[in-house]
Amino acid sequence: MNWITNYVRPKINSLFSRREVPENLWTKCPECGTMLFHRELAANLNVCGTCDHHMTISPRQRFAALFDGGIFTEIKVPEPLVDPLQFRDQKKYTDRLKAAQKASGEKDAMLLAEGEIGRTPIVAAAQDFSFMAGSMGMYVGNAIIAAAERAVKLKRPLVLFSASGGARMQEGMLSLMQMPRTTVAVQLLKEARLPYIVVLTHPTTGGVTASYAMLGDVQIAEPNAQIGFAGARVIEQTIREKLPEGFQRAEYLLDHGMLDRVVHRKALKEELVTLIRMLTGQPPAIRGDLAAPAEKPADAPAEKAEAKA
Amino acid sequence: MQYLDFEKPLADIEGKAEELRAMARTNPGMDVTKEAEALDRKADQALRDLYKTLTPWQKCQVARHPERPHCLDYVEGLFTEFTALAGDRAFADDHAVIGGLARFNDRPVMVIGHEKGNDTKSRIQRNFGMARPEGYRKAIRLMDLADRFRLPVITLIDTAGAYPGKGAEERGQAEAIARSTEKCLTIGVPLVSVVIGEGGSGGAVAFATANRVAMLEHSIYSVISPEGCASILWKDAEKMREAAEALRLTAQDLQKLGIIDRIVKEPVGGAQRAPKEAIEAVGKAIEAMLGELSGKKPETLVRERRQKFLDMGSKGLAA
Ligand SMILES: [Zn+2]
Repeated sequence: MNWITNYVRPKINSLFSRREVPENLWTKCPECGTMLFHRELAANLNVCGTCDHHMTISPRQRFAALFDGGIFTEIKVPEPLVDPLQFRDQKKYTDRLKAAQKASGEKDAMLLAEGEIGRTPIVAAAQDFSFMAGSMGMYVGNAIIAAAERAVKLKRPLVLFSASGGARMQEGMLSLMQMPRTTVAVQLLKEARLPYIVVLTHPTTGGVTASYAMLGDVQIAEPNAQIGFAGARVIEQTIREKLPEGFQRAEYLLDHGMLDRVVHRKALKEELVTLIRMLTGQPPAIRGDLAAPAEKPADAPAEKAEAKA
Repeated sequence: MQYLDFEKPLADIEGKAEELRAMARTNPGMDVTKEAEALDRKADQALRDLYKTLTPWQKCQVARHPERPHCLDYVEGLFTEFTALAGDRAFADDHAVIGGLARFNDRPVMVIGHEKGNDTKSRIQRNFGMARPEGYRKAIRLMDLADRFRLPVITLIDTAGAYPGKGAEERGQAEAIARSTEKCLTIGVPLVSVVIGEGGSGGAVAFATANRVAMLEHSIYSVISPEGCASILWKDAEKMREAAEALRLTAQDLQKLGIIDRIVKEPVGGAQRAPKEAIEAVGKAIEAMLGELSGKKPETLVRERRQKFLDMGSKGLAA
């Protein structure tokens, strides 16, 4: 833990100017209103300690918590054409993009990494809702293809954390074309018989749910995450009735057969390790403190003896 | 003929010509032939002028014109022995999607499309062409069938989008669309699509992830409706003209961007003015597209289809 604390904190701090720091010390839980101190909140993976509400977590923060020892290697994403439509609404798309890049310190709404979780090698992709609502444009499409290709090359499973308002309108039809493109990426994994596990986080909607985010071999969601194709407001306006409590929430989808599991963020890593190791025919993970990577597993000689017998 | 708002100058001229002729009918001695013919020529010119320079928003209006030929009109005009096949085998038959076996130039094919309906009753029955999960699942079933019996698949796209309903969400609208797109990418038979009216977002992609995609000259294909885009990005749904412009949803822009392969010319004044002509032109385009794919091995068709989509995005619009 110390290693992460020392390594990650200065980087996080450097993202904020001095003046911004005091405002970021406390976060109000949008669900129960409890004021949460930033250090405790981060240690709790951005889950409210009072009501268990799962708040947005940045891909970097998620990876630091997910990968063993917080160590992961970023996978490069081929950069797409920038602003192919020369899109402009009230603001220029390029200005919106630059502002999002500046605020997040990231290139776009998806981060890729490779590393080990519970000593199990994986490739991971995480979508960043704070970056233009996690919208899926050409960069995100390229990222998912790059993640799938890397997973196939390394023969590793892909774990994808989705969070998105849908397609990126500013890229017009080129954003919509990421639906078939990312579907091809999923097919690459399937053909290589590699597990593709989707973790749907709050919120995942629109064209993202209608493509790679719903095509996992195992579909997991974080508690209370909003997941759906159409927006709830649009549905209410169309059918002219009030939607039931919990509509489009993870538990509601689980009840309707659309998910395999709803898993608390803090239990996710262990769950992923368990699932992946079973799907890929590996022995159960060793629980408790992990041995240092250089050490031989304690049961290695026994296995050898068995093989001889 | 229903006039669109931008067709008002034309409506005025055609109205005058009609008035003249009506007057002549009640006054047998009156000869209005010359004047009426002059007005006809003027109307014809006005129509040509209007349709030569349609704005993206005007194209949206034309694409949604209620008298435009719809999927069933094309099925009737271009196919023989159409035999509809119904149901998703899980929940229901979605009338917003039609599909079935038919012959195209005598050759058996599978045809699938969105049907909007053409009067109040059929529009309600067809849910205005907005499919529920069952529609996509029916399409998946039919694509599978076509794949097993090596029949080319022809899809006709005309939808405002997938239906935003409570039941549709509960039964997995998103998953159904994703699986339909996935099926499009898997079948080892030629898959050709024509956007005949509106290509509305994911609900359209689910059928149009094809080896070849054509669009009628005044049809549209978009990630979001201009009204929806305007209300989100401009915070004002009335800014749909600006949104339509910015989204690059016309056949002409989409061909430049490498998203579609072919534009099918419409009769002057749009498909709604001469449906038969439009239907024939679409038939020729389908024939040509199937011709380009004929003789290709199943694995080649799949590989090329995937590669086509993977390669998309290398072309932007020049400044
Ligand atoms: Zn709380």
